[in-house]
Amino acid sequence: MSYLRRASPLHAARAGVGAAYCAALVLAALVIADPLVLGVLALAVIVAGVAAGVGGRVARSLYLSAPMAVLIVAVNALVSREGLTVIARLGDAGPLGQLDITLEAVAYGAKEALVLVVIIAACALASAAVDPDELLRSLRRVSFRSALTATLATRMVPLLALDARRLGEAQRCRPNPGGRLAVMRAITANALDRSLDIAATLEVRGYGSARRPRRAPRPWSRHDLAFAASAVAIAALAIALPAPFTFYPSIHGGYGAGVWVLAGTLTLAVLAPFAQRRGILR
Amino acid sequence: MNALELAAVSYTYPGAPAPALRELTLELAQGEFVVLAGGSAAGKSTLLGVACGLVPHFHGGRFDGRAEICGMNLRDHGPAALAAEVGTLFQDPETQVVMGTVRAELAFPLENRGHSAVAVARGVEEVALALGIETLLERSIVELSGGELQRVALGAALAGRPRLLVLDEPTSQLDPVAGDELLSLLRRLNEEWGTTILLAEHRLERCLGAADRVIALDRGAIVCDAAPSGFLQWAHAAAPALETPGATLIAGLGLRPPPVGVKQARATLRAAGLLPEREAPPEARRPPRWHRRERSRDASLRLRHVWHELSDGPAILAGVSLSVAAGERVVLLGRNGAGKSTLLRHVAGLAEPTRGRIERCGRVALLLQNPGDYFLHDRVGDELDALALERSGLGALADRHPRDCSGGERQRLALAIVTAGEPAPSVLCLDEPTRGMDRGAKATLAQELVGFSQRGVAVLVATHDPEFAASFATRAVLLADGRVLADSSPEELLSGGWYFATETARILGGHRGILTPTQALAQLGATATATASRR
Repeated sequence: MSYLRRASPLHAARAGVGAAYCAALVLAALVIADPLVLGVLALAVIVAGVAAGVGGRVARSLYLSAPMAVLIVAVNALVSREGLTVIARLGDAGPLGQLDITLEAVAYGAKEALVLVVIIAACALASAAVDPDELLRSLRRVSFRSALTATLATRMVPLLALDARRLGEAQRCRPNPGGRLAVMRAITANALDRSLDIAATLEVRGYGSARRPRRAPRPWSRHDLAFAASAVAIAALAIALPAPFTFYPSIHGGYGAGVWVLAGTLTLAVLAPFAQRRGILR
Repeated sequence: MNALELAAVSYTYPGAPAPALRELTLELAQGEFVVLAGGSAAGKSTLLGVACGLVPHFHGGRFDGRAEICGMNLRDHGPAALAAEVGTLFQDPETQVVMGTVRAELAFPLENRGHSAVAVARGVEEVALALGIETLLERSIVELSGGELQRVALGAALAGRPRLLVLDEPTSQLDPVAGDELLSLLRRLNEEWGTTILLAEHRLERCLGAADRVIALDRGAIVCDAAPSGFLQWAHAAAPALETPGATLIAGLGLRPPPVGVKQARATLRAAGLLPEREAPPEARRPPRWHRRERSRDASLRLRHVWHELSDGPAILAGVSLSVAAGERVVLLGRNGAGKSTLLRHVAGLAEPTRGRIERCGRVALLLQNPGDYFLHDRVGDELDALALERSGLGALADRHPRDCSGGERQRLALAIVTAGEPAPSVLCLDEPTRGMDRGAKATLAQELVGFSQRGVAVLVATHDPEFAASFATRAVLLADGRVLADSSPEELLSGGWYFATETARILGGHRGILTPTQALAQLGATATATASRR
């Protein structure tokens, strides 16, 4: 997962605001209990990914999270002893006792899986649409060296992965390729060489005498304001207007107008900032 | 105040048996453009290390003598302090970029110095405009080509407007176009900003025209310190390996002064009545059909309409068809990103074509760009059996660590590794084998390649170095955007262009496909003798 530069309102917003927006999506997923609202939120996050030009990345994250979602549903159905509506009796499972699958346990597992899907999709959106350099630079005022170390790590990981692939290819070109241990040693030696070169570069760029950077004033763009307002609205809606929903001992939840209004308002809050497309090219 | 002052500077790397610099005394005035010349391990990089403070502060070791950089004593100031006055650019652009975007990279040195946000923003804009990289500012580092990356690294080195700029073979990984652009940039910085330039470079013919002074090093000591013309005179007598092809040609014809560039060489030849008239470019000749059939039948390697299309991106190879016969020596030319390396990886089976077919008669040996990637052991002797080591002339290095060998030795060792074993390769591919090599090592490599072809091995080499290509190739293929643009003799391809042409060909305007001083002397020598006798 890495940052993709795109012309989109989310990319045009400052990194801190973009990160807050994605964090609000995660918070909403954790707080909201109603599966209908959660499902609508999941759809909204996917649409937000498409609107940000990183729909493929978000879709891939959903694909990767699917097996985990299935696992959550299955495990919860098997281990949960709560719920009144038995839909399958699996009989005596030895030390585990009588295994009954209840509708409530399956529904609760599905809701938890949905939470996971929304969280993973929001994280994928953040990783593809929030500039990590800008985010880390804003953190440098808090802890300069830690933020730089994190920046270097994010830069070095793909570089070292490329090195490892290159070394692997070179070994395939040898008539007698070395053993796995020898190749690992070569990769380690290469990584150390790289580190030395990077350290030398940091030295000649003046890192040794680095001072805490000064605050960089930057006017708030319409996208900064829109996504900041959206983040606040999403968090507020999720916390202040909880849709009452219980799974155990039996499923109780309203599908009245209130829930639909909450789902609609939440969708609007998630997607409204994407409507403004002026000045999105950076 | 001088940009650099050294007084009796000697330096020995930790654990090294001999000093890398010996009693060096030197002064660089502000605004000078100085080229450092010398073979491998002559001490050029170490001297550059002193100029930016990495030696001795970063590398350790024993340092004697006095060094002052822009008025700062090296003993009291490390590289971080010197960075305010000295900008540094190394060979490998990948390891000189530490941030994720171009803007962040250019801002980094300014932020380190605690400049205000306004000063940082202004510095970034100014250096981006000066280097013509303003359109790259928001780009991610991973999206940049090698040439763009090197420009960004140069931008980061220049962001604080240093008084001294230190460069260690900055063009070695660039194609001729990007390399020439970088050198013209340096010239402009020197002329317009008054930046002192200290540049180490093996391909002297590319940079002597811009230089005020050339300092030649040998085993850590200064052996020549003169203006470019004086340096070439000295090189002709004392170090022919450092002589440029143009200077070799002019000296071979008994003319003076040694030319520091193509323009001066042409003027000297014109004054002597030896500059050939400009000829109409020869018509591109396709080999006769029977010849092509013959070549295709005897081919050790045959590519038929090979495509390599990225799933979410462009076609890196677009329908390449190529046959290479046993014993043929083919050079692949083209700018960065033309598809040369991808083609070689397909030939060696490291990548599969998305369309098309590759037929190989026997084993393909591939030497990738970094010879160090092939080494697995701590001793040269453990990489190969004793017989193969002796056969490749590396027997004396058996106890040395592979990473302690010179660039040329590492290349030879890696070549010996990929060609060792049974069955012997029928095709040998090399990707940019001359990076960082001095002229002597290149000549040795060219001889080795000729030796392989004489044993029936088809040789396929991707390179940016036209002089090296002219020294061994019997056929030249020009690639661009994954397509074969031209496939002809080196004489035709390397004499007809500007970027992909040898210095001799540029001097003679492509006359009769002459590529090297030796060929030129053989053809023009008779004319010179006749002209001299008429006078």
